[in-house]
Amino acid sequence: MLSKKNIQLNENGELHHLLAIEGLPKRILERILDTAESFVGINEREMKVVPLLRGKSIFNVFFENSTRTRTTFEIAAKRLSADVVSLDVARSSTSKGESILDTIANLSAMHADMFVVRHSASGAPYLIAQNVAPHVHVVNAGDGRHEHPTQGLLDVFTIRKYKKQFNHLTVAIVGDILHSRVARSQIHALTTLGVPELRVIGPQTLLPAEIERLGVRVFTSMEEGLRGVDVVTMLRLQNERMNGALLPSASEYFSRYGLTPQKLALAKPDAIVLHPGPMNRGVEIDSAVADGAQSVILPQVTYGIAIRMAVMAILAGATR
Amino acid sequence: MKIAIRNGRLIDPANHVDQVADVFIAAGKIAAIGSAPSDWHSNKEINAQGLIVAPGLVDLSVHVKRGTLATELAAAAAGGVTSIVCPPDTDPVLDEPGLVDMLRMRANAQHGAHLYPLGALTKALGGEQLAELSKLAQAGCIGFSQADAAIADTQVLWRAMQYAATFGFTLWLRPEDPYLSREGAAHDGEVSSRLGLNGIPSSSETVEISRIIEISRGTNVKCHLSKISTARGVEMIRAAKREGLPITADVSIHHLHLTDIDIGHFNPNFRLSPPLRSLRDRDGLIAGLKDGTLDCVVSDHTPRPREAKQVPFGEAAPGATAVELLLSLVLRLAESAKLDLPDALAMIGARAAKTAGIAAGTLSVGVAADVCVFDAGAYRHITEASLKSAGKNTPFMGYELPGVVRATIAAGHIAYEQAS
Amino acid sequence: MSVQKHQTDAEPLFNALRDQMAASIAYDAKLIGVYSGGAWLAERLKAELDGEHELGFIDVAFYRDDLSMSGLKPTVRATHIPFSVEGAHLVIVDDVLFTGRSIRAAINTLFDYGRPASIRLAVLVDRGGRELPIAADFVGDALIVAADQMLALNRDETGKLFLTMEPWKK
Repeated sequence: MLSKKNIQLNENGELHHLLAIEGLPKRILERILDTAESFVGINEREMKVVPLLRGKSIFNVFFENSTRTRTTFEIAAKRLSADVVSLDVARSSTSKGESILDTIANLSAMHADMFVVRHSASGAPYLIAQNVAPHVHVVNAGDGRHEHPTQGLLDVFTIRKYKKQFNHLTVAIVGDILHSRVARSQIHALTTLGVPELRVIGPQTLLPAEIERLGVRVFTSMEEGLRGVDVVTMLRLQNERMNGALLPSASEYFSRYGLTPQKLALAKPDAIVLHPGPMNRGVEIDSAVADGAQSVILPQVTYGIAIRMAVMAILAGATR
Repeated sequence: MKIAIRNGRLIDPANHVDQVADVFIAAGKIAAIGSAPSDWHSNKEINAQGLIVAPGLVDLSVHVKRGTLATELAAAAAGGVTSIVCPPDTDPVLDEPGLVDMLRMRANAQHGAHLYPLGALTKALGGEQLAELSKLAQAGCIGFSQADAAIADTQVLWRAMQYAATFGFTLWLRPEDPYLSREGAAHDGEVSSRLGLNGIPSSSETVEISRIIEISRGTNVKCHLSKISTARGVEMIRAAKREGLPITADVSIHHLHLTDIDIGHFNPNFRLSPPLRSLRDRDGLIAGLKDGTLDCVVSDHTPRPREAKQVPFGEAAPGATAVELLLSLVLRLAESAKLDLPDALAMIGARAAKTAGIAAGTLSVGVAADVCVFDAGAYRHITEASLKSAGKNTPFMGYELPGVVRATIAAGHIAYEQAS
Repeated sequence: MSVQKHQTDAEPLFNALRDQMAASIAYDAKLIGVYSGGAWLAERLKAELDGEHELGFIDVAFYRDDLSMSGLKPTVRATHIPFSVEGAHLVIVDDVLFTGRSIRAAINTLFDYGRPASIRLAVLVDRGGRELPIAADFVGDALIVAADQMLALNRDETGKLFLTMEPWKK
């Protein structure tokens, strides 16, 4: 059945859409990371544009607002010389009742070559990928709480930059795993790349059911979970999580799961700290850590451009 | 109209019949089995050589809407179904006797499957004020239900049970806690965690079964639990039955075949209510069906317009079109779960009719002639075009399924006949 | 179809190329090797030519004009030019000059790093078949190669250069 096929790959096993990290073979992840490596150099030089995607039309279609992510995709597309158009659909047509597929059909009629899609519903990019013309590529820029594959890739790229190899690392992901698409993408990327010990740390209310089946060790104690880790990823905790019965308050959360210099001291001395941004200082992370020597949060942003360039370049080059 | 069905393998589980025999139908009733009544001359002969002749199927959950009643009754007939029980979430909700009269009148005009409505237990299914149960019963409602809506207020549920028990009405309740299932889209487990879908825990069902059992205990109300989906739920019902409580239960055919893993990459056709659950749950449901804890199998036919499924999984309307797939899916279940064919047919025939308290599901001489003639060895390819229902939303799209209905007779009328 | 693979010693061609260049390139001309064959040649040239020749390496993958036909190649190497090209005398070094498209891409790449004073082109083999108005300043040798054959430079574990010829891979 169509729904069971891995529609991310074409008949030659090349990446055709980037919808999720789950299901991608190691060789494809490594190829994206290696390609991104060469774009890092381009982003550092005076002339930051290459003509690779000249004449290609890339549509950033954001059914859910995110200026930050949309901007990084725009910059990446422009540095590849693509024509890029960004639409905040959240504010326009769908609020008038137009369906996702109608929106996509309309944009397809403008000869789009690639859609970069963000949507608040898990799986929305799959629906779109199943309904676009065969030559059109779809990139998932975050769908509900499912995946955010380019974020997962830039996270592992950053880890590789600092730690070189994956096969000896202990990595901890801390916080709201339940609602985090970043966590899911990072978990799949790190397990595929061979990280031997991957931990998730959080209160039971923020841990998805049977999460250990994804190949992670579950810790509810921050102190136990951080002991001896090489990498700590702090997840953003959204304010609306305080409204229900998930958590009593931001300050109680911080007292248990906020990353302070004292807690970070339990990790290896050379441990690095990642955060997908935007940060809630004083909620999940202490400023002393966010701005400290072990933080690689700004390099993550820099590498995010190279990763997105690599993904777009590889997709646009995929033969049908 | 006199119809003779000749040379078929007659399977009538209620009468323990499984043999080649002719069936004679006259004046809307079964006139004779085996040899023709004296002075017989047929208006129509059906050659059932190599085919199975069974009681018309009884489906205890077929959702109909006003606009699609005719197509869905035709779909039922094409699926060999001659009796359907319709939950009250029609449009408008069946909470007034006049609406029930009108629905039954319109259904009768189709000369297809018999329609047995369930009345709304509370006004507008709001879960607060009781509907006029006695008047609705007089209008033909065979029981009372909230369809998929909940009665959150336990005191309302208790009083509804007491009132229904006073008059011997049966409550058809869908056990799902509205809070634990809130905003949920898929079974809470590994699959929902991987896909990032809001989970509906098994406890949403078991908590509600427990609530129903506990407050019904003193009232002695007859309760039918619709669409059980969890293995633990089956265990609880088994214990309640052993205790002698007047409880029955059904299961949807989808949950006997599929699990949450089948959702694959967010296929909205697999969004059902209750959600598809784990492999262990599916095994528990099959075991419950075999030992009689679950009384019968329903299609939970829920046709949806295309646009209701052309959306992300979590936004898709739950449900699947199924009444015309019920026979094929039960035949397939008989193969995979190693059920005898007569036993399997009883689950969508005599056992279902007994559960609902309706006169159907047998081929005894003198009963209304509801008959299904089908080829159990032939296969059908499920495509949009092959479905008579207005809904094309089925998880089994593209499948090859066993069982092709050749003719359906409802109250002595040919309701469906396959073009030769 | 049988895959015929021919190998030829490339050392004499290299010597010829080096000798031509020795006679005419600037003392401080900078060598730009095009990955991967051109990079090996540039390294050897730096070692064997007199003068102060700084080395840079480029991968032209991001500047090619055939992305939609052949895709991005699986391994893109990082372009590494550790000096300013502004006002510099550059020599692009490549193994085989064929259509001229990758040289066009290489020139474009270099211009994105600055405005060189001059760019010259050194190739080990000119196999003809040009599709663009590009000619080499220094050529190891001109060879006639059938259009369906791929000619590529290789290097063995001792660093010795040799040419291989085989049918184009699909």
